[in-house]
Amino acid sequence: MDWGAIFGNAAVELISPTTAAYALAALGLAVHFGYTGLLNFGQAGFMALGAYGYAISILTFGFPVWGAFLVGVGASVIFALILGIPTLRLRADYLAIVTIAAAEIVRLLFTTNTFASVTGSANGLSGYKNEFAALNPLAEGSYGFGPFENNAYDTWLRIVAWSIVILAALFVWQIMRSPWGRVIKGIREDEDAVRALGKNVYAYKMQSLIFGGVLGTIAGMIFALPRAVVPSNYQTTLTFFIYAILLLGGAATVLGPIIGSMIFWVLLSFFSGFIARAVEAGWLPFMTSIQGGQLRFILVGVAIMLIVIFRPQGIFGNKKELAFVR
Amino acid sequence: MILFVTLLAALTMATFSGGSAHADEVGTEFDFTISGNVQFNGEAQDGVAISVSGNGYEADTVTDADGRWAIGVPEKSTYEVTLDEDTLPKGVVVTKGGNVLEADFGLTDRRSVNFFLGEGVRNTVSFFDQFVNRFVNGLNFGLLLALAAIGVSLIFGTTGLSNFAHAEMITFGALMTLVFSVSFGLPIWLAILIAIVLSGCLGYGLDAVIWKPLRRKGVAVIPLMIVSIGLSLALRYLYQYFFGGSTSQLPGAGMTDLKFGPISLSPIDMASMGISIVVLLGVAYFLLRTRIGKATRAVSDNPSLASASGIDVDGVIRIVWVVGAALAGLSGVLWAYFRPGVSWDMGFQMLLLVFAAVTLGGLGTAFGALIGSIVVGLFVELSTLWIPSDMKYVGALVVLILVLLFRPQGILGRKERIG
Repeated sequence: MDWGAIFGNAAVELISPTTAAYALAALGLAVHFGYTGLLNFGQAGFMALGAYGYAISILTFGFPVWGAFLVGVGASVIFALILGIPTLRLRADYLAIVTIAAAEIVRLLFTTNTFASVTGSANGLSGYKNEFAALNPLAEGSYGFGPFENNAYDTWLRIVAWSIVILAALFVWQIMRSPWGRVIKGIREDEDAVRALGKNVYAYKMQSLIFGGVLGTIAGMIFALPRAVVPSNYQTTLTFFIYAILLLGGAATVLGPIIGSMIFWVLLSFFSGFIARAVEAGWLPFMTSIQGGQLRFILVGVAIMLIVIFRPQGIFGNKKELAFVR
Repeated sequence: MILFVTLLAALTMATFSGGSAHADEVGTEFDFTISGNVQFNGEAQDGVAISVSGNGYEADTVTDADGRWAIGVPEKSTYEVTLDEDTLPKGVVVTKGGNVLEADFGLTDRRSVNFFLGEGVRNTVSFFDQFVNRFVNGLNFGLLLALAAIGVSLIFGTTGLSNFAHAEMITFGALMTLVFSVSFGLPIWLAILIAIVLSGCLGYGLDAVIWKPLRRKGVAVIPLMIVSIGLSLALRYLYQYFFGGSTSQLPGAGMTDLKFGPISLSPIDMASMGISIVVLLGVAYFLLRTRIGKATRAVSDNPSLASASGIDVDGVIRIVWVVGAALAGLSGVLWAYFRPGVSWDMGFQMLLLVFAAVTLGGLGTAFGALIGSIVVGLFVELSTLWIPSDMKYVGALVVLILVLLFRPQGILGRKERIG
């Protein structure tokens, strides 16, 4: 049993860009679900729009990085408006069904052969990293130590990704202490009371949906930079994973999504590594290595159930500030 | 009788004949070639029109006296190769795979594309005939959708839960049928019966182990929904853990279609529609005429009032779970024949359409779910007349969003439920 490799691989996940992307997407979901009480089950759709908006802008239209970034953000604002207009006046579970359906529509549109020349259909897109790499101020060579040692591009990507996460977290923290944030939290607690105070609840919900969606979109871009954009990455399972992270850390917190993402990925990587090697070593004779890979999805599902039932406020949450008031 | 044609790869033909020039070779300036050989019963077919398109490139050619054709293409990527059936001799048609094939290059620079020709009358299907055929298919799909949707709707009505794990209850029925019919070799009708009974037991078990304790604990509706999502994820990968990621067929799948005018249906399709209609009528009778059915509707309307009138609410909910799960299991079996195939995530592929149907009909109304399902089923199948078939679910989901925009309470829903 190579414990060093298992712990090493798990430690890599602590600051990997994927962890940052999930943290940012979960932060967006915290704005939706934790602070506003909106049940957005389409975060994967927002992420897909970010990833595809960025990749298509660069590959098809030859935009610079900032232009591609703006295209992705613009697409997600439009998406949020389309989702919000029919559903934000309705009860919470309608938004859940519509967002999950809309995210699937987005994924199916990116998968279909009809637009293959732009979206690459099921094979997805790659080869959009050069523009981002060209902005890298770091000299060639390796940075960091131990499991955190990376080449110049990967280090640059990690710096950018985590800077965005930290900035977004500070912004969310500040805005939730502002008058705007108090109205948002009020909507979560009692929509009618806020309406009685003369606030336009619909507009506030829409702003929250757009803000959290944009965070998800930027997360989608970070998620796409270390890999290729493939439509099957943006299935509803992605949204459920982000919910697992959010519920683990605490829905109505700023640190919860970030620490939750770190814990989630380190544990998942450690667990996968452990199971894979235990199967190799013959400790689990009833299991193949493929089955070992599926076991972690089963555990994520069970974990979601257990957290919601036994510790709904998550690790960092405050029991008084539960998102599930209704 | 269908006769398959031996079609040799152009590469081997080239070695045999020393790479003789084709009658009308186009695109010779390019490095990559798509080629083929059109023969029927060993006879070369002369003058058959072939066209290639893809990546903004288009070219066409006709086969030479040896039946061979070749088209050069500029890039190593995927092209669509079309054989014009009008140029085939009378009585010869493309029998398998259709007259449009996809060609992509592997490691080599040449790619051969073979069409399977056979005897037959080519039916140029009129739009009306296509419409009727799709309509019947859509009705079939809508009916099996309704079996699952009524369960979702009843569970929502009585407990307020949007049950995402319903997808796994659908898959469960199909998987159990597969286990009992293929692995244990039981006759298919018995296997289906056992699967439905086991599905009912699953519903009872889920209610007893998870949902009833949570109701007792007073967990609110939204956390319940998230629990059902976790359950759905766990169960789905549990299925994959035990059954693997492949698709298997139930016995009798792929029976040949019978023709009724423009409509082509297999005996399985007809049985499926018959079973759906009988079961749906049974459910309607249960809800409208029996005491328990009336109690169910009462609980669905107002649980506290029903409880105050002496109705055993927990008992009703238990029955709803059992009935809903059994219907979902049956729906899964029919879905396995409709798709066709049993796989670990088949229920989840259908779940959003079920939700669309329930929302369309009005959340919590059983008959609304039926109407919504048929609308969704018809819409999914009929939309393929105009949009590519890999986008047929998109249309149904777009309709869901549009309905919420204009009539959020659904077709049969009442306004007070939505606020």
